[in-house]
Amino acid sequence: MSQITLSKLAHSYSATPKSEADYALKEMDHVWQDGGAYALLGSSGCGKTTLLNIISGLVRPSQGRVLFGDRDVTDAATTERNIAQVFQFPVVYDTMTVRDNLSFPLRNRGMDAAYIAKRVNQIAQMIGMEAILNRKARGLTADAKQKISLGRGMVREDVNAILFDEPLTVIDPHMKWELRTQLKQLHRQFGHTMIYVTHDQTEALTFADKVVVMYDGRVVQMGTPEDLFETPAHTFVGYFIGSPGMNLFDAEVTGTEARLQGATVSLGAAYGPIKGRTQIGIRPEYVVLGDEGLPIDVKRVEDVGRHRIVRASLNGQPLNAILPEGASLPSDPRVTFAPGRTNVYADDWRVQGRAV
Amino acid sequence: MDKTQNNKAWFLVLPVLVLVAISAVLPLMTVVNYAFNDTFGNNEFFWAGLEWFEEMVTSDRLHEALGRQILFSAIILAIEVPLGILIALNMPKSGFWASLVLILISLPLLIPFNVVGTIWQIFGRVDIGLLGHTLAAIGIDYNYTNDAIDAWITVIVMDVWHWTSLVALLAYAGLQSIPQAYYQAAKIDQATRWSVFRYIELPKMKGVLLIAILLRFMDSFMIYTEPFVVTGGGPGNSTTFLSIDLAKMATGQFDLGPAAAFSLMYFCVILLISWVFYTVMTNLDREENR
Repeated sequence: MSQITLSKLAHSYSATPKSEADYALKEMDHVWQDGGAYALLGSSGCGKTTLLNIISGLVRPSQGRVLFGDRDVTDAATTERNIAQVFQFPVVYDTMTVRDNLSFPLRNRGMDAAYIAKRVNQIAQMIGMEAILNRKARGLTADAKQKISLGRGMVREDVNAILFDEPLTVIDPHMKWELRTQLKQLHRQFGHTMIYVTHDQTEALTFADKVVVMYDGRVVQMGTPEDLFETPAHTFVGYFIGSPGMNLFDAEVTGTEARLQGATVSLGAAYGPIKGRTQIGIRPEYVVLGDEGLPIDVKRVEDVGRHRIVRASLNGQPLNAILPEGASLPSDPRVTFAPGRTNVYADDWRVQGRAV
Repeated sequence: MDKTQNNKAWFLVLPVLVLVAISAVLPLMTVVNYAFNDTFGNNEFFWAGLEWFEEMVTSDRLHEALGRQILFSAIILAIEVPLGILIALNMPKSGFWASLVLILISLPLLIPFNVVGTIWQIFGRVDIGLLGHTLAAIGIDYNYTNDAIDAWITVIVMDVWHWTSLVALLAYAGLQSIPQAYYQAAKIDQATRWSVFRYIELPKMKGVLLIAILLRFMDSFMIYTEPFVVTGGGPGNSTTFLSIDLAKMATGQFDLGPAAAFSLMYFCVILLISWVFYTVMTNLDREENR
């Protein structure tokens, strides 16, 4: 087990990339700490799988280095890296029994038979397949097959990292929750570095200590779920994390105030001159509905159970607000923004304000 | 399930039945007629019962031809199937080279049987053939016209040249259908090249390989034109396979009765073996879907 370092890494699937747009992964420096549980979050096609395949050695990066600890493995083949990876769709060896499927990586490493038998039983218990160990893998349901794939990913104890590429896509919701809990438990027990790719924020936030958000071939933010929620470093993070995502308004920012088409909003921090497209962002949770503040046009109200979501517009720009349980919508609804909860963005990137 | 039974639908297959009757059943019936009768020409027939069948079943000549036939089919299957798989495994998967290799590989399949025979007949000649002459020049005593072993080698090499492509193409199609994730998972699991073949490629190719084996078996079991053109069944009777023997008997010696009885048994053997293959394949399918 070791720390995984990506140094000046970039990848293009084109042999002769001309512009930045040809790169599936833009140049990045990133460190995955040994024993961390990471979630790699982002929409489809943002380069998550490419990044994972580079770490496991299935794809060789166009530039930059991959290091496991101090060892440069950029040119090392997958088999030399001793890494486990579970794919989005189940991959099982059809002609083998469930037991042989699970023991396959161990047998390939020449482990002794007694250890293999013990370890396979352990894993089978974890994925709930002890009863069908001697059955042929062919003919099992898709989620049973995926559980075998997961089991095969976790069977080796000495791997450098376990990579999960949206592994629960084909699993039914109840089982999803259970398996995720087990993965988490396994992480605590063995302390493997785990990188879990997903586009589902709930999955990411419940699994990981650190969430890495990718957008358009870049890592735009890495942080705890709380960081991502409170201070999204990029408008994409604001939009992608949270339900609904962060509200964004074009505004002019001077000092501690933002001007929003005539109205003034206090920002709780001081900002110098900002270049580029300036936006302010506020979470729907921090939009306070009341009789004071900026007038809004309510379009509709959605009841999602614990609270209601108010869909409205503010000076023609869409605004979402959370109405807590029990609260009622005023007849002439106006909004104020909770102090200190507003973030400022220049060309989509967050600008750090000075405390006042 | 309630399904409406409407037997009128059978009338829709009537035209096909009529066509098949004219093209296959009627000619077959004349063969049946010859098999149970004796004739001295003039369209006069005398009932012979099972006499011709008895003669054929106990005929040493037929037994020998059958032995040669089985040996031939076994040898070419043992060579063409592994060789075809090996070629398929090494063919480029995509791009310009894949197309080029596919075309080159397909070429032998497009050549008519008698042309293949003629090509090898000339190719192997010691006086003017490139192969025969070259072998003679480097001191190898090769002559397919008077050495039985050489004749066999020539006929087998010719069949391998002509038909391995079919196995290769079918195996290639099977390989192309394997998702990339399987190979990636195998790398992750640190599988050896042999394990990848044994547990991923071979199981996924199984269906197409069975078809390849069935086709190659039937075709080789009925082979006629190519060895006939190259060796004419000789030297002696060494390359006289069932079809060649049958043609000699029917059109050479004009023994229509025995030849007809022989044909019917030959037909039944092929039908039986094809049925066995078919049953095995459908059972495998069922197992797969279970």
